[in-house]
Amino acid sequence: MQRKRPKHLNLIEIKQPLPAVVSILHRISGVLLFFPGIPVLLCGLQMALASPQSYAELQSFLASPLIKGTSMLALWFLLHHFCAGIRHLMLDLHYGIVLEQARMSSKLVLVAGAILTLLIGAAIW
Amino acid sequence: MVKPVVTGAHYGLRDWLVQRVTAVVMAIYFLLLAAVLLISPPHDHAAWKTLFSEQWLRIASFLFFVSLCWHAWIGMRNILMDYVHATGARLMLQILVILSLLFYAVWSADILWS
Repeated sequence: MQRKRPKHLNLIEIKQPLPAVVSILHRISGVLLFFPGIPVLLCGLQMALASPQSYAELQSFLASPLIKGTSMLALWFLLHHFCAGIRHLMLDLHYGIVLEQARMSSKLVLVAGAILTLLIGAAIW
Repeated sequence: MVKPVVTGAHYGLRDWLVQRVTAVVMAIYFLLLAAVLLISPPHDHAAWKTLFSEQWLRIASFLFFVSLCWHAWIGMRNILMDYVHATGARLMLQILVILSLLFYAVWSADILWS
């Protein structure tokens, strides 16, 4: 039987396999962790350590719901990047390089990133 | 018969290794920091200040930030090589990334030891 093959490979139109979704999210989260991630993290650390006044400022800043929501999003980016990175290291060590396992682990990365975000987010909210 | 010769800048394997070593360093730091924060959660400025006046944590944190900057450089460079094809623009962006990462590394040392 002749299988129908796609006539075009428009990245927006074709359905991406799950490992591709994990991979592109790894890249996007990586860029966002670089900027604005790193400078924001350093600003926060500086405010926490500089003086009691700046610490209080940081606390009231983090108390706003908008900032809390944004922090949760940032936390998800970080944890997704973390989990996808662990998957990469496993693949480098030749664990899960069979297609089925690679699909399974990419699903696991997406779920683990989300669940860890919910757990840690709930703990520090 | 002509022997195929692999050309290139020969930084591929080193960068691949650095990307992974720095990732592992950061992962260990995260676990360490999580353990410290879980065992004795600092609730005010004084507690945070005391925690980060520990020399070992300052050194570990600085190692983390150096790893972070090195890791980010390799990742950002790969992404710029993949998506920005105009040489001039790519070079400008790469310089911008390098300068900002150098600035972040120095800034982190300043925060940790002030």
